[in-house]
Amino acid sequence: MNDIIFLIKKEAQLEFRQKYAIGGILLYVISTTFVCYLSFRSIVDIPTWNALYWIIVLFASVNAISKSFAQESQGKLLYLYTLTNPKAIIISKIIYNSGLLAILTLTTTFFYSLFLGNVIGDLKQFIIVAIAGSIGLASLLTLVSAIAAKTNNNVSLMATLSFPIILPLLITIIHASKNAIDDLGWAVNGKYIIVLLALNALITALSYLLFPYLWRD
Amino acid sequence: MKHWWKILAVILVLYTIIFGFLIEVPALPILHESIRNLFYHVTMWFSMIILCGVSWVYSIMFLNTGRTDHDIIASEAANLGIMFGSIGILTGMIWANFTWGAPWVNDPKLNGAAITMLIYLAYFVLRNSMDEEQKRAKVSSVYNIFAFILLIVFLYILPRMTDSLHPGNGGNGTFSDLDIDNTMRTVFYPAIIGWTLIGVWFLNIRVRIKKLSHQRETELINNNI
Repeated sequence: MNDIIFLIKKEAQLEFRQKYAIGGILLYVISTTFVCYLSFRSIVDIPTWNALYWIIVLFASVNAISKSFAQESQGKLLYLYTLTNPKAIIISKIIYNSGLLAILTLTTTFFYSLFLGNVIGDLKQFIIVAIAGSIGLASLLTLVSAIAAKTNNNVSLMATLSFPIILPLLITIIHASKNAIDDLGWAVNGKYIIVLLALNALITALSYLLFPYLWRD
Repeated sequence: MKHWWKILAVILVLYTIIFGFLIEVPALPILHESIRNLFYHVTMWFSMIILCGVSWVYSIMFLNTGRTDHDIIASEAANLGIMFGSIGILTGMIWANFTWGAPWVNDPKLNGAAITMLIYLAYFVLRNSMDEEQKRAKVSSVYNIFAFILLIVFLYILPRMTDSLHPGNGGNGTFSDLDIDNTMRTVFYPAIIGWTLIGVWFLNIRVRIKKLSHQRETELINNNI
C-alpha cells in the first residue's frame, strides 16, 4: 500500500519536473477541438457531437498513455524491480493515468462545449460517465502500453493493439454519454453506467493479474 | 484406431455437405432455400470461437509452464481461427446479400466479426514485431488472454443490449424457436462437430510442422556452434 502511494508520488514528481508532458497533452486536445471548431463551426446533431468528442478523447488518451512505460529505461525498470513488486507498479500506474485522463476529459469537455456548442442535457451524469470512462480507458491503455513497450516500434503498435480491444469499452461509453446528453435520466442510463463500471472492474482485474508476467524478463 | 476422430470428421463433413443440400427445409419468407447456409456459415463461427478458445487456454498454460510447445499451439489455433473467420465472413456476405439486400449491413454481429479479425491480426503483428522467442511468446500470450476476454464481452454480452438483425438478439427470437425444425437439427449439430474436428485436424498438422521446423532450426544452430 505504501509502495503504491510512493510510486504515484514518483510519477507526479516526474510529470512536474518535465512540465511539457501534461501541457503537451492538454494543448493537443485544445488544438484538436479548435481544428474541429474551424471545420464544423457548430455541431447540432447529437450523435455526431458525441462521437467526435470521444474520438478526440480516445486519440488524446492513447497519446498520453503510450509514454507510460516507454519512458522508463531498462535500467530504471531493473531498479524498480529490486525495490517493489509488479502489482504495486501496475496499480499505481493505473491510478495515476486515471487521474491524468480524468483531467484530460474534463478539459476536453470544457473547451469542446465552449467551441462547438453545449448540447449536454444532464451535465452531472455526463461528467460521471466521462470520469468512469477515463478510468476504463486508463486501465486498458496502461496494460497495452506495457505490452507495446516490450516491442521495437511501440508508437504505431500502441494504436494497432489497443483500438480493436478498446471497442467494447468505447461503445458502452458512447451509449452512456449519449443517454446523458439526451437527459434520459438514471432509470434508463443506470444500466449502461453499471455495465461501464463492471467493464472497468474486469479490465483492471485483468491488468492486475497479467502485468506480473510482462514484468519478468 | 488412433485416428478414429479424423474418419469421424470426414464422415460428418461429407454428411453435412450431402444432406445439407438434400433435406427438406422449412419454406420461410425471405430466407427460402438460402436457409441451408446455416450449415456452412453459422458452423464456421462455432469452429472459430472454439479454436480461439483453444488458443486462449494454451496462452494461459504457456504463462504457467513456459513451454514453447504451448505457445506454438496458441499461435496456430489463432491462425486457424482467422481462417475459419474469413470463411465465415465470406459465406455470411453471400447470405446477407440475398436476405438483407447488401453484403455488409450495420449489425452488432457483423461488427463483432470484423473486430475479431482485427484483434487476431493485431496479435500476429505483435508476434512479428519481436525476434526473441521467449519474450515474444510471453508478451503475445498476455495480449491474447486480455483480448479474448474483451472479445467475449463484445460478442456475447454487449449485443444483448441492442437490436440485431441476427436471431437471438434484442427482441428477435432465436433460431431454435423460429425456424430450425428437427430435420435441420439432424444436420446442424453434426455439422458443428464435423467442421470443428476438421479444424482440430488442421491444427494438429500445422503444430507438427511448426515443431519440426523449430527442431530443425535449433539443430542447425547447434551444428554451427
